Amino acid sequence: MIERSHHDMGGQPAGKVKRTEHAYDEWELRVDAMMMLLTGVTGMNKRMTVDELRKNIESLPPADYDKMGYYDRWVISLTQTMIQRGVFTTDELARKLAEVENRGQTPNSRKSGSAPDLKGNGV
Amino acid sequence: MKAARNAKAARDAKAAGRYEPYSYFQLMEASLRELLVEKGVVTEDAIAGAMAAMRARGPERGAAMVARAWLDPDYKARMLANGSAAAEELGFEVPGLRLIVVENTPGAHNVIVCTLCSCYPRMLLGLPPEWYKSRPYRSRVVREPRKVLAEFGLKVPSTMAIRVHDSNADMRYMVLPMRPAGTDGWNEQRLAGLVTRDCLIGVAVPRLPKSPKKPKSRKS
Amino acid sequence: MGSDPIFRVGDRVRVRKAAPLGHVRTPFYIRGHAGVVERICGAFPNPEELAQQRDGLPAQPLYRVRFRQNDVWPGYRGSTADVIEVEIFQHWIET
Repeated sequence: MIERSHHDMGGQPAGKVKRTEHAYDEWELRVDAMMMLLTGVTGMNKRMTVDELRKNIESLPPADYDKMGYYDRWVISLTQTMIQRGVFTTDELARKLAEVENRGQTPNSRKSGSAPDLKGNGV
Repeated sequence: MKAARNAKAARDAKAAGRYEPYSYFQLMEASLRELLVEKGVVTEDAIAGAMAAMRARGPERGAAMVARAWLDPDYKARMLANGSAAAEELGFEVPGLRLIVVENTPGAHNVIVCTLCSCYPRMLLGLPPEWYKSRPYRSRVVREPRKVLAEFGLKVPSTMAIRVHDSNADMRYMVLPMRPAGTDGWNEQRLAGLVTRDCLIGVAVPRLPKSPKKPKSRKS
Repeated sequence: MGSDPIFRVGDRVRVRKAAPLGHVRTPFYIRGHAGVVERICGAFPNPEELAQQRDGLPAQPLYRVRFRQNDVWPGYRGSTADVIEVEIFQHWIET
C-alpha cells in the first residue's frame, strides 16, 4: 500500500523481538562518525541534515530495507545525500568504487579504531 | 581480468587466514570516506575523534542521573523539567539533545520506542541496541506493549498503566525507574550499578542481585 | 523566532488524516486520532522541508499529545489507562 511508507511500521504485525546485541564493526562506527560530522553535530561544517538521511533511507525499496543491516542503510543513504548535495558526482563515486575494489583492500587489514591511509595500507 | 585478479587475491588471503571480501556496503563506506577526505569535507582524524567520542558515551551516564535523582529530590525535579540541562549538570556534554525524562510511578510504567527509525538519546547513552532498531520492536511495542514487555521478562500488573513514548520528532526520551526496595543507605555509585540500559529504555526495571538461596529443609 | 503555539496543555486535538508524499514524521498509525496536549515541546524547523534541502522555517510548534491506547487500536488488550504519547507538529493538527 503506497499510502503507508514501508519504514512507518508502528502497529504492523511482526514476530517476536530478537534480543540480539551487536558489537559494531569498525566500518559501521566510521559510518556513524561520518554522519555525525556531516550533519554538524560535532561542530564541523554542516553539509546535510539528518532529515535528508532519513528521507533517503525511507526511499529504499522495501525488500532491500528489510534485508539490509542498519548501517548498510545508512551508508547507502549518506552517499546518496552527498551526491544530491553535489559534494561528489555519480561518476566520481563509480571511479572511486572501482579504485577501492581493485586495491584489494580488506577489512581485516585495519587495526581497531583507525582507518587506513589513502594508499590502502592498514594503519 | 580484474575479477580474476581479485578472486585470486581473495583465495590467497583466505588461505593466509586474513581475508574477508568487502561487502558492497563496506566498499561504499571506504569510497565515501576517501571521496570526502579528498574533497576536504572531513579528515581521518575527525572521523577517529567522532568514533572515540561515541565510545565514551554509554548507559552509565543515564544511570548516574537516575541515582542522583533517587538521592536528591531537587535534582529529580530539575531532571523532570529539563533532562538535557540535568545531564549537563553532571558534566555530560549533550549537544543538540532535547531530553525528556519520564518517571515510573506505582501507577505507571514508561517504555520508549522510535517507530519511524531508531531515534535514541545517543549523545547521552551511546548507541542503541540492535533490537531497539528492529522491525518487531518498532512495530509491536506501540500496539501491544504488555505482550512485548512480557517477552522481555517484565510483567506489568494491570493496576499499572503503560505509557509508550514514540520519539518520532525532535525530542528524545529516558525512563527514570523507581528505586527498588532494600536499598536504604546505598550510596550513589551503588545505586547507579542497579540501573541498566534496558531500565532506561523501559523494557526492564532495576532489580537487586539475588542472594544465594538457602537450602529448603525437608520435613519428615 | 518560530510561530507561536495555538494549542495549550490540556487541549483536545485531532491529528489530520492525510497520506502525502515526501518525508513525514507523523506516524501513519496516529493520523485521524484524537488526544490531549501533554506538553508544548517548543518550535522546530519543519523536518518535511529540511529533508528537501530547504530550511524548514518558520519553526513549527511541536506538541506531545497523549492518546488512549483503547482509542488508537481496535481490540486493544491492556489497561484502559494505557496511553501512547506522540510528538505532533502543529500543521498536522486539525484546526
